Amino acid sequence: MTHASRRAVLVLPIAAAALPAAAAEDDMATAERAILAGRTPVATGIAFEMPPLSENGNSVDVAVRIDSPMTPADHVHAIHILSEKNPVPRVVTFTLKPRAGRAEVATRIRLATSQQIIVLAETSAGQVHRAAREVIVVLGACVEGG
Amino acid sequence: MIHRAVAALILAAGVAAASELRPSRDFLSPELRALQDDPSRHPGWLWVEDGEALWQRGERSCQSCHGGIGSMAGVATRYPAVAPDGALLNLEGRIERCRTQQQNEAPFGTESDALLSLTAAIAQSSRGLPMRVATDGPAASFIEQGRRFYETRQGQLNLACGQCHDENAGRRLRGDVISNGLGTGYPAYRLEWNTLGSLHRRLRACSLGVRATQFPLGSPEYLALELFLASRAAGLPVEAPGLRR
Amino acid sequence: MANPIVARITLPDRARRGEVITIRVLVRHPMERAIDAAGLTPLPRKILHRMRVTYADEEVFRADLSQGITANPYIEFTTIAVETGAIVFEWDEDGGATYRREVRLVVT
Repeated sequence: MTHASRRAVLVLPIAAAALPAAAAEDDMATAERAILAGRTPVATGIAFEMPPLSENGNSVDVAVRIDSPMTPADHVHAIHILSEKNPVPRVVTFTLKPRAGRAEVATRIRLATSQQIIVLAETSAGQVHRAAREVIVVLGACVEGG
Repeated sequence: MIHRAVAALILAAGVAAASELRPSRDFLSPELRALQDDPSRHPGWLWVEDGEALWQRGERSCQSCHGGIGSMAGVATRYPAVAPDGALLNLEGRIERCRTQQQNEAPFGTESDALLSLTAAIAQSSRGLPMRVATDGPAASFIEQGRRFYETRQGQLNLACGQCHDENAGRRLRGDVISNGLGTGYPAYRLEWNTLGSLHRRLRACSLGVRATQFPLGSPEYLALELFLASRAAGLPVEAPGLRR
Repeated sequence: MANPIVARITLPDRARRGEVITIRVLVRHPMERAIDAAGLTPLPRKILHRMRVTYADEEVFRADLSQGITANPYIEFTTIAVETGAIVFEWDEDGGATYRREVRLVVT
């Protein structure tokens, strides 16, 4: 399904621009471009933890930490987790305020299959931190076992 | 794929001696074991939380007879058990009987969230305590029934429980590690299920795995097997709510 | 009207003013993905698509969730202890239902 949608976007680049936002983000690269909005991300100041091998794609632990003073003038205000091969590329967006104290979040995500996961963190100063990890999934989230 | 994996195992009949059996948690990956031990991250505690609320709910609440749920400490170590009328009851069956006979309420129903929640909350009060089901008196014939079930080759794969859970415990099957199959972690949260589930639900998956007859939840076959498994687990800790892959 | 929901929220009972505390949230919800595969009964998506956290008159944290979040979601975040009071957790479900829980934090 993901592949078919991606192909449709590639074949119809002009039509894609007219599609609603959700449909236009049928792949990770498009979703990432939309968040970056022309900015060049940096790979520093961000820690992204995820096991390299997941026993069950129904539940994969992810944790993100960004070095930030979390002051009104300089804080992380959004952390995005993007998936390369899930049906929906934008897995989650966290919105933070200076009152978070630290730019630190954790959650559990579903993974359809082995793939790359990207984290983007936007700061109030307009900077974007980026980290990417590959994960091998032994049992995907989309199968029903016996 | 299951067939190939099972065929690849070296099969030998036999049941491990009790002294060789290890707690189910020993077979978990370090990550899942840590999760099982952490109530702030273990989703099974959502059912415990719900069960503790159910315990206090209603005019004829569980609490109005039994007191706080802490009074249930040790109860799960003694189930399944034979009731005075001769029926073999597991913890779920005991709760349903209390509900219909003492509380005059409709049964929750097998595998309902409410029954799983109460069972999890009651079993959790025995967490860490050693299993010690009665095996003599009226329980003896049920134990024998369960033992026969455990030792009989079943299904298209023609496998007895012990061929995996005794002879090949600790080895991998479908990417998971085979445990001694004690059932001490149930009801358990299985990542594969995305929810809490009963031991009988797990046993149905076992039956399907060897391509054998799947018995209904709460059936006499699985109840007798559950008692036999519990007798094998004597002295090993209750782990409910467990966390399984 | 916000409905009750089974949730397990872990945070310290009390904290010093200015201390950064970690909050762990588990909530019972199947996070039903839309199913449209051949041979399966079609199911509309029904997930908690947003969690909002309000504390001391301000939204301090928000998570916009997709069906890529696990069933019975787990979310961990931090906040600065500013005053004694309720930390309010609200969830929006597809279809318009909302759920609410609150936890009291004592700040010394």
